[in-house]
Amino acid sequence: MSLTQDDVKKIAHLARLSISEDNIPAYEKELSNILGLVEQMSAVDTRDVVPMAHPLDMAQRLRDDVVSETDHHEQYQTIAPSVENGLYLVPQVIE
Amino acid sequence: MHNKTLSELSTALKAGEFSSTELTRHYLDRIADLDPQINAFVTVTEQPAMAAAASADERIAAGTATPLTGIPLAQKDIFCTEGVKTSCGSKMLDNFISPYNATVIEHFNAAGAVMLGKTNMDEFAMGSSNETSFYGSVKNPWDINKVPGGSSGGSAAAVAARLAPASSGTDTGGSIRQPASLCGITGLKPTYGRVSRYGMIAFASSLDQAGPMTRSAEDAALMLNCMAGFDERDSTSAQRDVPDYTANLSGSLEGLKIGLPKEYFGEGLDAQVSSAVEAAIREYENLGAVVKEISLPNTHLAVPTYYVVAPAECSSNLSRFDGVRFGYRCENPADLEDLYKRSRGEGFGAEVKRRIMIGAYALSAGYYDAYYLKAQQLRRLISDDFKRAFEEVDVIMGPTAPGPAFGLGEKADDPITMYLSDIYTIAANLAGLPGISVPAGFVNDMPVGLQIIGNYFDESRLLNVAHRYQQVTDWHTRAPEQFK
Repeated sequence: MSLTQDDVKKIAHLARLSISEDNIPAYEKELSNILGLVEQMSAVDTRDVVPMAHPLDMAQRLRDDVVSETDHHEQYQTIAPSVENGLYLVPQVIE
Repeated sequence: MHNKTLSELSTALKAGEFSSTELTRHYLDRIADLDPQINAFVTVTEQPAMAAAASADERIAAGTATPLTGIPLAQKDIFCTEGVKTSCGSKMLDNFISPYNATVIEHFNAAGAVMLGKTNMDEFAMGSSNETSFYGSVKNPWDINKVPGGSSGGSAAAVAARLAPASSGTDTGGSIRQPASLCGITGLKPTYGRVSRYGMIAFASSLDQAGPMTRSAEDAALMLNCMAGFDERDSTSAQRDVPDYTANLSGSLEGLKIGLPKEYFGEGLDAQVSSAVEAAIREYENLGAVVKEISLPNTHLAVPTYYVVAPAECSSNLSRFDGVRFGYRCENPADLEDLYKRSRGEGFGAEVKRRIMIGAYALSAGYYDAYYLKAQQLRRLISDDFKRAFEEVDVIMGPTAPGPAFGLGEKADDPITMYLSDIYTIAANLAGLPGISVPAGFVNDMPVGLQIIGNYFDESRLLNVAHRYQQVTDWHTRAPEQFK
C-alpha cells in the first residue's frame, strides 16, 4: 500500500494536524512503509473469525442514573488557554 | 540506603534504622547529583516529597504503616498528579498541571508512599527508546550512549540507577517489559483491567495497562498489592478480588510446566540473548520445572495487528487535545480549524503525528474493514494461540526483547526497525495477558531480560516463578558502576 502526497494531506486534514509542505514527502514515505508492514494482515483468511475488540469477556457496567459527580468547572477552567464567564473561548465560529 | 530493595527499606523503616525523611532526602540528593547524566526525571517534587515523608514518619511511629509507608517512589509522567505537571513527555502537555489524581496515585498516597517526582517517557508512551520525549532522551545507566528502552524508559533508568527503589510504568505494547529488560530491572505488566486506567493518559485503551518496575519480583509483588483493584471510574476495570501477591512468592516450582514458543527463538533474535534465555530456562529445570516446546503460530502477525489497533485507538484518544480546554494552544489562530490544526501540529511530535495519521487512515470511510476490522480478527487468532498454549503449560518463557539496548539515534530515523523492538512483547497486550521481564544476564556488558507470560489474572504465579529464579541467581542485584 503506497500513499500519495494528496493522501497524506487528506489524512492530515481528517486528523486536524497541520503539516508543513516540507515534511509531506517524509510522511508519504514513512506512512507508506508502516502500511506496507501492516499489509501482511491481508494474507490471512479471516472468514468466520469473530473480531476481538477487547481482551476480556466483559459487558459494559451500568450504574444507577443518579448524580455522582460534583461540579469542578471552575477548577478545571483554571488550566484552560482562554476562558470568559465560565465559557471556553475559541475563534468566532458563527458570522 | 539506595542499595536496599523496597522490601528491605520497608523493614528498615519499621525497625527505625532510619526515617522516611532521611531516606527521601537521600534519594532527592542522588537525583540532584546523578540524574543530569541520564535525564530520567521530568519533574522532581522535592517539597511535597519531604512533607509526605514527614507524615509517613508519624504514621510509622503510630504503628499504622503499610509496607509502602515512607517508601520514595518515582511515577511515570503519564499518571495525573494533582497540582503537579503531568506532561506525558509531550509539548502538548508541557503546561498541564493536573487538577486531579490518577487512581494509581491515590492508592500510593493512601498507602503513605512518597512521590519523588515524575519520570521521563516517550511522548504519549509511543516509542521503544525514549527518544520521542519532548524533554530529550533518557540515557541507559549501564551505558549512557545507549537507549533505556521505552516508553517507560525514565522509570526503568531511575530504578536501575538507584534514584528510586521502585517506579510505576505503563505497557501498551511492551513499555514496561522492554525497558526493564534493557535496564536490568524487574517489570510486570499485569492482566488488562487489573490496575485502574483512571487518570492514566490514554494511548490505546484496549491495550494500556499499568504495573510496577522494581529491583526484584518480591518488590513488584508489594507494589502490585497497592496498585491493583477494581475502580468504578474505569469502565474496563476487572471486578475481581486482589490476592496478596506476596503470599506465594516462595512456592515450589516442582512440576511447573514451561512452554517455549518456537517462534520466539527464530530469526531476528540476537544469538547471545538467546543463550542467556536458554541458560535461565536450565535454571528453571534445576528448580524442578518441566520444559515443553510449543507453537504460537500467529506470532508474526502481532506487530502488523498492533500497528493498526494501537494507532486507531490513539487517533481517537488523542482527538481530545484540541487546544481548547487544556494543554498547548497555538498563537493567533485565524479560525477554529486553524486553532485545532496548528495547536495539534505544533504540540505533537513526529512519532505521535505518524501514529495519529495511520489511525485516522485505518478508521476512515472505506478502509475500516480492511484495517481495523481485519486487525481485530487477527487479534482473536493471536489470543486463541495463547488459549491453546495455556491448556498445556502454566507459563510461557522467551526473550523480552530481540537484543540488548541499542545506541542512541541508531533506530530513531527508521520507525519500522524501532517497532520490531517490541516483537516479543506486543502479543501479550493484544491478548490482555500478564507478562514479567526479569534480569537474566548480560550481553556485551548490557543487561538482557527473560520474559514470562502467564494466563489471565495469574500474576501470583508469575511473581512466584520470577522470585524463585531470583533466589538462585544474582543478575537482579547488579548495579551499573557509576550509580552504585
